[in-house]
Amino acid sequence: MKIMKILLIVAGFFVLGLSVHAQETPSVDEIIDRTNKAAYYAGDDGRSKVMMTITDAQGRAREREFNILRHDVSDGGEQFFYVYFQKPSDVRKMAFLVHKHIDRDDDRWLYLPALDLVKRIAASDKRTSFVGSHFFYEDVSGRGVAEDSHEIVEVTDEYFVIKNIPKNPGNVEFASYTVWIDKNTYMPMKAEYVDKSGNKYREVEALEVMEIQGFPTVTKSRVRDLAEGGETVSKFMDIEYNIGLDENIFTERYLRRPPREAR
Amino acid sequence: MKKKRLIFLISFIGLILPLFLPAWADGLEDFKDLLYDRYGIDAYGFLEARGGLRLRDDPHEKDASIGEMRLQTDLSRDFELVELKIKFDLLGDLVSEEVDVDLRDLNLSFSPLDIMDVKLGRQILTWGTGDLLFVADSFPKDWVSFFVGRDTEYLKAPSDAARISLFFDLFNVDLVYIPKFNGSVYVDGSRLSYWNPMLGRIAGRDSIFHDHRPDDFGTDSEYALRLTKNLEGTELALYGYYGFWQTPEGVNLLSPVLIYPELSIFSASIRDALWGGIGHLELGYYDSRNDGSGNNPNIRNSEFRFLVGFERELSQDFTGGIQYYLEYMQDYEEYERHLPDGMNKKDEYRHVLTLRLTKLLMNQNLTLSFFTYYSPSDADGYTRPNVNYSINDQWTVEIGGNIFFGSDDHTFFGQFKKNTNAYASLRFSF
Repeated sequence: MKIMKILLIVAGFFVLGLSVHAQETPSVDEIIDRTNKAAYYAGDDGRSKVMMTITDAQGRAREREFNILRHDVSDGGEQFFYVYFQKPSDVRKMAFLVHKHIDRDDDRWLYLPALDLVKRIAASDKRTSFVGSHFFYEDVSGRGVAEDSHEIVEVTDEYFVIKNIPKNPGNVEFASYTVWIDKNTYMPMKAEYVDKSGNKYREVEALEVMEIQGFPTVTKSRVRDLAEGGETVSKFMDIEYNIGLDENIFTERYLRRPPREAR
Repeated sequence: MKKKRLIFLISFIGLILPLFLPAWADGLEDFKDLLYDRYGIDAYGFLEARGGLRLRDDPHEKDASIGEMRLQTDLSRDFELVELKIKFDLLGDLVSEEVDVDLRDLNLSFSPLDIMDVKLGRQILTWGTGDLLFVADSFPKDWVSFFVGRDTEYLKAPSDAARISLFFDLFNVDLVYIPKFNGSVYVDGSRLSYWNPMLGRIAGRDSIFHDHRPDDFGTDSEYALRLTKNLEGTELALYGYYGFWQTPEGVNLLSPVLIYPELSIFSASIRDALWGGIGHLELGYYDSRNDGSGNNPNIRNSEFRFLVGFERELSQDFTGGIQYYLEYMQDYEEYERHLPDGMNKKDEYRHVLTLRLTKLLMNQNLTLSFFTYYSPSDADGYTRPNVNYSINDQWTVEIGGNIFFGSDDHTFFGQFKKNTNAYASLRFSF
């Protein structure tokens, strides 16, 4: 089985190599699918320490520090996330669990250790701030690829430039967003959001990308609020993939008792 | 007098301490790092000043509803196989004029088997689906802290317990054994005024309730059990409890002293995603074992409890939640027949509605929250507005209120009318 898997991966690289070589532009759906998997589904699971610096429009900075564990139920499909907060101290030891679904709202739970309370959180709006930062939940766990229609607007030497228009404009704050996707790694390097009156108001950028265990990985990213001012910079550290996380970690049991991998 | 001066001194030091904190906050961080690096001890906590005043004249109580300095220290150490946790508050209380240590956690956690977690010692225990309403959760509460405007954390009082959790493929089991009954902190008149049925009026410090707690270790024990199953996001649970009413729901007229009658609870809950939000339902039967037929007017009757609720985001960073709660007294005819003359009769059905609204602003650093209970059957209610602002990663300021209303003096919330209060706090977290 393992040999088959390796063969498949090798074959995959081969195909990838060929297609890049041939300079053929893949279909937009293929680009989006590969980008989604490259950006959010590297390996079967992974962990990372995240340090966020949130700077408001007045220049005041706040720090957030947490560890995040991820387990893919299926590649490009359901995923589980476990977030364990370290800083600031008033949220320390809180644990946050997300079961990301494709065809319905995600399930989210927050554990408040001081009350021993497992709180279930309504998750209908994924475009709300994640822990008070300029990142949205959707930036962290990925936006469903079927929620937008996609169109290639430009192919440069480095990037596929893709414009995305929401199918349900009422659910989101943007009219469209444009993503610059690295042609070699399929990593989204920049996204610009345009509001209903045509103004660019939000920008998400990958500031640093490194290869970790063979997976291109964003190690530093930034969101800028161009309308109100303020930005959040995230740094990702101690990144590991394919660590064989037990699926049981992503249950209520481990909200109460954080797993070693998250601490 | 000496004690008073001590309290004043402690509070004074506590209050001016924060002024110097920025100077040694870095030093504190270094000390925490040292504790961790050298001894593996994870340390954090907060220092808080909180004060509050009654907004209505209450002849039975002091004007100050709360006035305290609190230093919480939370220490944990991971010994590979076992984790030790100690959390305690040092409290200088200007209302009770006492300096107190409130030990909230002192426990060991370990996993003797792959499918088993154990937590031994003092701990906070919570389960069930309600939002500030409880059916299945029989664990101790501190209603006084809740009503005077302490942080919501203090609504839960700790238990000295053994909790054993077992995780099977089919379902999970939690067993809680509390060798000696603990009980809730209830309104006894010392800090908050209440309806005294024996006097037939509102009373306070002039008539502090005395109770007799079951306190034989190993005999006056409590047992709680929960079975849970998460079916792809549908959370199902069954619960059982065998012990005592957590508040003294009985009276021994000979002494006279309040007593804690025996109680068993059988309950069930379901919680799931619903209409873009979260819905929950909880049912319970409270078997008041010392008054099985309901003919003892000095012991609370058995009752059914029912709770249903729904919460969802109404717009970005704005959440709303509603609940309906029912207490349905059993053997009501017996209760009516045996109720002594002159005592206020409770309703067979007590209905309660709650509403929660939470709005986050300024990058979620400002939280406006509003929670209210309203009982149409008792014609009373209780509202908890709160504004919380996190100035930066260390400092948090909070103001809020506890507003009680009701047309009668003897109903559940109505009796606390005179305790309506407002409070403010400043907290430094480290």
